[in-house]
Amino acid sequence: MENLTQENKNIRINIEDLNVYYGQKKALNAINMEIKENEITAFIGPSGCGKSTLLKCLNRMNDLVPDFNMSGKITLDGEDINKKYNINDLRKKVGMVFQKPNPFEMSIYDNIAFGPRVTGIKNKDELDKIVEESLKAASIWNDVKDNLKKSALALSGGQQQRLCIARAIAVKPEVLLMDEPTSALDPISTEAIERLCEELKEKYTIVIVTHNMQQAKRIADKTAFFYIGELVEFGETHDIFKNPKEKATHRYVKGKFG
Amino acid sequence: MMLKIILNKENIARFIFLAAAYVAVACVILICVFLFTQGVPPIAKIGLGDFLFGEKWKPSQNLYGILPMTLASIYTTVGAIVIGAPIGILTATFLSYFCPQWLYKVLKPMVNLMAGIPSIVYGFFGMAVLVPFVSYTFGGNGKALLTASILLGVMILPTIISVSESAIRSAQKSYYEGAVALGASHEISVFKVILPAAKSGIISSVILGIGRAIGETMAVVMVAGNQAIIPTDITRGARTLTSNIVIEMAEATDLHRAALIGTAVVLFVLVLIINLLFSVIKTRRKHV
Ligand SMILES: Nc1ncnc2c1ncn2[C@@H]1O[C@H](COP(=O)(O)OP(=O)(O)OP(=O)(O)O)[C@@H](O)[C@H]1O
Ligand SMILES: [Mg+2]
Repeated sequence: MENLTQENKNIRINIEDLNVYYGQKKALNAINMEIKENEITAFIGPSGCGKSTLLKCLNRMNDLVPDFNMSGKITLDGEDINKKYNINDLRKKVGMVFQKPNPFEMSIYDNIAFGPRVTGIKNKDELDKIVEESLKAASIWNDVKDNLKKSALALSGGQQQRLCIARAIAVKPEVLLMDEPTSALDPISTEAIERLCEELKEKYTIVIVTHNMQQAKRIADKTAFFYIGELVEFGETHDIFKNPKEKATHRYVKGKFG
Repeated sequence: MMLKIILNKENIARFIFLAAAYVAVACVILICVFLFTQGVPPIAKIGLGDFLFGEKWKPSQNLYGILPMTLASIYTTVGAIVIGAPIGILTATFLSYFCPQWLYKVLKPMVNLMAGIPSIVYGFFGMAVLVPFVSYTFGGNGKALLTASILLGVMILPTIISVSESAIRSAQKSYYEGAVALGASHEISVFKVILPAAKSGIISSVILGIGRAIGETMAVVMVAGNQAIIPTDITRGARTLTSNIVIEMAEATDLHRAALIGTAVVLFVLVLIINLLFSVIKTRRKHV
């Protein structure tokens, strides 16, 4: 029964035969995968295996890298992201939260309002409303509601990361990419963000890169294990951790290497 | 044993650093002492009010009012900043975020070269190009406040460009990535996120530019006309504080000479006030 509902979920992102090169170096080899909506998909694997590279392909952040090259096809709702979408529109749909919190050097309010302002929203009331909603959605509203004019840099690391999530949410994305969003945070902030992810998946499609096996186990519906540029295994999180098909996956999730 | 402790490498290094720092401090103190012991008595003798706000500078009649020169210095400097700061900051932005690699390799050495050109050469450029240009465009003989402002605006460019550029480059790349990840265009990301983050460095570049402009002498003497009268029209000539000193110092004696040193005191205090003002603005901004 549960399996049935899972299968009914729509495929948001489809990756077909993706190869990625940085100059001569091949970073990803023949990746094929589907990412479904209202699910959390986790990317795990040892350092340098290409998790961030794949994540950054999904919102074309790799276009900033001068010698980046890819072949294959990535579609969002069936449309090729490299052809059909204007790059800025794509990034509005596919938001990103970085490993290191990167709030802008401006007030908390202006950080959140930045994205909506870029999309052309100028109305003060409307902006106020978006700022409040986004901060609430990222469960940081209570921490900052009296200090919206304060510099975002004065917040703690965990608060900054939640602010960055709020900032990403403020542009109303459909997919949210998170690259090790809790690796710089203490356990309490980490827990807050994990809870947040589980709430957010009701509305968004979430892809999260993590080095924390427990985190993947706790929050991810699907898990993908990468090893030296290859997608070794991809499936229900439960299966990846309990009954991995591949030996490498087994060794990795048991903490034997990586 | 004692000697070993005193002579260990760390202590020697510390001593050298300390000595170097003290040399700089000592220079500033010596300059202050010289300026104030030599410059304050004549100001007192002339009368502070008559000196600062006197509108006539006529040493032959014992009139030593420097208001015309102070105003000329302020006007030319403001003019230089109005012209030089936007061009300089935009150039720095271009160099750090818009310039293709090959063009950067051409432009950057040129900017560095600009910084090394002696001011007398700028002066010649001003006389040969700017003076006729201003004369042609606005009438008059072309030696004017405006001419000096344009020339100073050009002269402060390398300072503003290089200091701003390093400020813009040191603004974290992660801000830029954060902005484009929200769907902001390259231009918006640079102007709305990177430049504000580089704000304090950019302000510093402008302060340095102001310092350079208000202190510049040779080039200004060559294009400003140097009339010691209250400037009322930017297309007319004017004499700055620095020009006043360099023009008259050679033949000045007694009170006249002392009054020129007093002029230097005013210049010094002016620069001090500007620096203070900006650091106040800067710290205030940070605390909001
Ligand atoms: N901008 C770049 N230029 C050149 N090579 C790169 C670049 N970014 C990543 N690579 C290379 O691509 C490979 C995959 O890197 P990636 O950052 O995707 O790994 P990762 O799985 O995210 O590792 P980590 O867990 O340490 O973050 C690595 O070998 C890395 O050296
Ligand atoms: Mg990574």
